[in-house]
Amino acid sequence: MNVELNVQKPMPLLQVSNVSKHFPLGGGLLTKPRRWVRAVNAVSFALSRGEILGLVGESGCGKSTLGRILLGLIKPDTGSVLFQGRDLYSLEKKELTLVRRKMQLIFQDPYSSLDPRMRVESIITEPLRVNPDVNAGQRREVAAELLRKVGLNSEDLKKYPHEFSGGQRQRIGIARSLSVRPELIVADEPVSALDVSIQAQIINLLQDIKDEFNLSFIFIAHDLSVVDHFCDRIAVMYLGQIVESAPAAVFAVNPGHPYTQALLSAVPLPEPGLGIQPELMEGEVPDPSCPPPGCPFHPRCGHQVERCRQQSPELTEIDKNHFVACWQRC
Amino acid sequence: MDSLLQIQDLSVRFNTPEGPARAVDRVSFDLARGETLGLVGESGCGKSVTALSILGLIPDPPGKIEQGKILFSGKDLVTLDQDRLRRIRGNRISMIFQEPMTSLNPVLTIGRQVMEPLLTHKGLSRSEAEEEAVRWLKRVKIPGAESHLRSYPHQLSGGMRQRIMIAMAMAVRPEILLADEPTTALDVTIQAQILSLMLELKKESNSSLLLITHDMGVVAQMVSRVVVMYAGQVVEQARTEALFQNPGHPYTRGLLKSMPRLKRQKKREKIRLEEIPGTVPRLTEQIAGCKFFERCPCAFDRCRESRPGLRKVQSDHFARCWLVETS
Repeated sequence: MNVELNVQKPMPLLQVSNVSKHFPLGGGLLTKPRRWVRAVNAVSFALSRGEILGLVGESGCGKSTLGRILLGLIKPDTGSVLFQGRDLYSLEKKELTLVRRKMQLIFQDPYSSLDPRMRVESIITEPLRVNPDVNAGQRREVAAELLRKVGLNSEDLKKYPHEFSGGQRQRIGIARSLSVRPELIVADEPVSALDVSIQAQIINLLQDIKDEFNLSFIFIAHDLSVVDHFCDRIAVMYLGQIVESAPAAVFAVNPGHPYTQALLSAVPLPEPGLGIQPELMEGEVPDPSCPPPGCPFHPRCGHQVERCRQQSPELTEIDKNHFVACWQRC
Repeated sequence: MDSLLQIQDLSVRFNTPEGPARAVDRVSFDLARGETLGLVGESGCGKSVTALSILGLIPDPPGKIEQGKILFSGKDLVTLDQDRLRRIRGNRISMIFQEPMTSLNPVLTIGRQVMEPLLTHKGLSRSEAEEEAVRWLKRVKIPGAESHLRSYPHQLSGGMRQRIMIAMAMAVRPEILLADEPTTALDVTIQAQILSLMLELKKESNSSLLLITHDMGVVAQMVSRVVVMYAGQVVEQARTEALFQNPGHPYTRGLLKSMPRLKRQKKREKIRLEEIPGTVPRLTEQIAGCKFFERCPCAFDRCRESRPGLRKVQSDHFARCWLVETS
């Protein structure tokens, strides 16, 4: 199941191979768990430097768990995550701390992700405080500089989070993630809690800091229009697996997997008269603790054949850099 | 047009620690029989408060309907006594809330909750109500409807709970269905199923639908007429096609332009989204001129000094902007 999604010569920034994570359900200290939720199942991909990879899928598909595995926050059961060629999960604790400094997380909820009792200055410089080479004066300078970069001003350093709107808080969260000069940012639904007009401001800001700080992004979201706009490549997850990975240029135009097609057709477009199209996919996502045998999507798929019910398809390249896990396309 | 609900000059005020906040500021619009009307705007624009006022559900204190009328078949709902209002609420006007997780009672069975309005308002016997409840659970495509009568809300998924809400709201065959962000908490495929179900049921019972949403895609596909709200005021009102083709208010134009769109044709260069700069003014702020002045790309002196009324763009199309030429 180890499929290379990206065979470029220079070493990728991030190389994920065959990563799985199953969570136990039920069971106690001494009893065995009754079932396992297969949150992430044999996922492999690579992220090149400067690339923005979008992870999309419905709630419970495993995209947030995968994001946390990439950051070294949840240890996968199997598989490896190489960041600049070093395996996160076989590093010494000290080394891991150093590597983690190069990767940062931007959260979904701008309200609960900032400590209400800390001033903006402390929030932004907290990640720097573990670094003994930076003194308090320098930290303040860095914070003021970063605030300007995210569109706030240095007077805001003295304020508390409750004095800001949701969009402004998200800017503070972004400034915090930039304070350690990371190379990789994992953004987990960074704009889905924001109003439409603010969403555009934050997406543009992310685009700006990406260019200025030379960042790479894993962008986790459920809004296909946002992902399609912001990302270079898009991976679609269903029940813990990547079922399609496509360059953004062809993603919405030529989706290969029936699930991707159904997702795209379900998005109501802002053009009157097209109507709602619910018919492409029946039912709901199955319980991830008892996924169907064979292709995980087959019970909802309009194109299923006998083989889909028995054997799970692997990701296959159907076009340049365009991978689909579907027997119809193999 | 045969108007079923008329909101006239409605203002709702909330007392907050920062002073009185005008959540709804002299809002007027009509809803015709059988019409689907969209009420659009960002958080805090007053769209939900407007809907709650219709049902007499504004918590008082801290809220208060300061002025205005809500006329429903000749009666003013604002001044109607609680007893009469209760006979309309959940019966002739029913509502679907945003949060399917919190708007069902967690300690009552699904069956009891779907049957409740039928027993209270329609005077059905228990067995009739149960039969009707099963029929509606089937209508909203709950698999194994009979067995789910005895289920509790936590045993169902978000999409299923929202279907239960729809069954409860539609089983009484209301004249007006108010839906406040009914699919915002749901995944996009479930959203499509729920929305098409709502349209189907609405058509069947010839109800009017007032759909509150912030999603312009949902608006485009669901409603025939749109009311856009900003900071408590109606800033634009138009038929859906006209609103999308020829938005009259700079705020509406900004909203439409700031949305990323799925690209249907093969091309790709990085384009920036157009932003609406700044943020919504606080509702406690006293603003003499246009409330959108601070964020408006076309603002001029007059906008700061005096507030425009709703000006006619075309017949059936009004925008609250000085730049609209009135003929």
